[in-house]
Amino acid sequence: MVMSAVLEEVAMEAPFSGTGRSRTYAEGAEEISGSFSLTDVSVAYGNETVIAGVDMLVPSRAVTALIGPSGCGKSTLLRCFNRMNDEIGNVRVGGTITLDGLDIYQKSIDPVDLRMRVGQVFQRPNPFPMSIYDNVAFGPRTQGIRKREELDAIIEDALRDAALWEEVQNHLKKHAFELSGGQQQRLCIARALATRPEVLLMDEPASALDPISTQQIEDTIAELKDRVTIVIVTHNMQQAARISDQTAFMLRESMDQPAHLVEVGDTKRMFTNPNDKRTESYITGRFG
Amino acid sequence: MSVRPTRARRARLVEAIMKVVTGACVALVIGTALFVLGKIVAAGLPGISLDFLFSKPGMGMRAGGIFPVIVGTLMLVALTAVLVLPLGIMAGIYLAEYAPRNLLTRIVRLSIANMAGVPSIVYGLFGLAVFVLLMHFGKSLLASALTLTCLTLPVVITSTEEALRQVPTDLRQAALALGATRWRAIYKVVLPAAAPGIVTGSILGLSRAAGETAPILVTGAAFFLPTLPNSVFSQYMSLPYHLYVLATQVPNVPPEITWGTAFVLVAGVSVVSMIAAAWRSVQRRKVKW
Repeated sequence: MVMSAVLEEVAMEAPFSGTGRSRTYAEGAEEISGSFSLTDVSVAYGNETVIAGVDMLVPSRAVTALIGPSGCGKSTLLRCFNRMNDEIGNVRVGGTITLDGLDIYQKSIDPVDLRMRVGQVFQRPNPFPMSIYDNVAFGPRTQGIRKREELDAIIEDALRDAALWEEVQNHLKKHAFELSGGQQQRLCIARALATRPEVLLMDEPASALDPISTQQIEDTIAELKDRVTIVIVTHNMQQAARISDQTAFMLRESMDQPAHLVEVGDTKRMFTNPNDKRTESYITGRFG
Repeated sequence: MSVRPTRARRARLVEAIMKVVTGACVALVIGTALFVLGKIVAAGLPGISLDFLFSKPGMGMRAGGIFPVIVGTLMLVALTAVLVLPLGIMAGIYLAEYAPRNLLTRIVRLSIANMAGVPSIVYGLFGLAVFVLLMHFGKSLLASALTLTCLTLPVVITSTEEALRQVPTDLRQAALALGATRWRAIYKVVLPAAAPGIVTGSILGLSRAAGETAPILVTGAAFFLPTLPNSVFSQYMSLPYHLYVLATQVPNVPPEITWGTAFVLVAGVSVVSMIAAAWRSVQRRKVKW
């Protein structure tokens, strides 16, 4: 009951005030892609259902933040979007998740192809032990791009999009581990962007970084959302309020029952006038 | 109040004694190793000359050099490497990256660990029965190399698996999330990161193979051959077996020949190990997590 009301509300409130959606409409309807729709999504580890009954829309070219206390399944839900849960044994995903209308869990979908459309940035910077150039070139090379000029162009674009180009343009052959933590994380963003994904999943991308690096990552996200749908998991409510257009609040109320979506909606509305008491308590810092 | 100082004094005494005892054990071990190495160098080095390294044994092993012995050892180790490295590394990759964690893989791992503990003469007899006789390879380089492959395989598999496990899961996840297949993630990211460990383990295994006497004694090493081996089905001469022959089978061998042979074997194995260690430390400095 609550869920369907929330869904309706999302449908009514989108497009979000002055965000990517209206702009992309202006650019032409066929360019709109990278929107997810979740229907009754559940996740089980073995016999234990950890997430249940998630219904939500992830609009194209906007930032959706997943918030909630530790252990509420935000990251687990995020990994459903690119089927990274498939890589952990014994995980079952129920319900339906569609990307632009395509059921991503149907038999004919190869997760390898899906992941080229849906990139991910992880909590801790995890550059490969190779040069900056080779890190960013990994995705395009996986897609079969071999021509030097083509790779060079993709890599420059990706590094510019991740706001790292200015700092590394003369050091592309340097080992990625010589970069600072913040630079490494922006390198990981560039690496994910180099496959030209429609969606970028970010799992607490700034939680291991200092405030200045965090600021840079947030600026990068703001720049990117015109071109790519972003779903970000964060435990930092201020961050969710600053950077997202839509917020989804997840909660696992006790260890005996699975986590569920309490509320999802326009970020501004949710932070000023939440529908649910639990959302209000959480964002005002009363628990979690 | 009266008990405590006594206790503290006793604890300090035990502390001091244990430090001395443990230190003495280390000194004893290092001392023994240095004594052995020192003896080999002191007695062997005078016998080393270009002539010794590059001529055939003569006068019933009592003169001449050990050229065919060195060549035979190199061929044997090279052939063993060609056989054991692909097999062992691939098996290690399967166990670390693909194998599910269940009872069967636990049993497989346990068996591999047990294989490492089997005495080498047992491998020799196995090689004699299977490769020399059953498969009709005869006493040959191939039969010995296959036997040494069995002997070295557990070391290579285990060190490969260990090295791969040390590579953070994050890197695999990152590669998969970029649309790489498992194999591409392994080949392009995980294997290069694990290479130092794999190389070290492989060299360790091959050094052991190079020094083994029992398995080759019964599968192909020759007492004396006038010519170098010309195919994998030839018999061959080998340093550890030659050393055994010089030390126990031939009377009145000049000591510089026996010790010189020992010196060549030990020096060869040490040089390769040291190169591997140096290379690994360079790699370690480059790759940190």
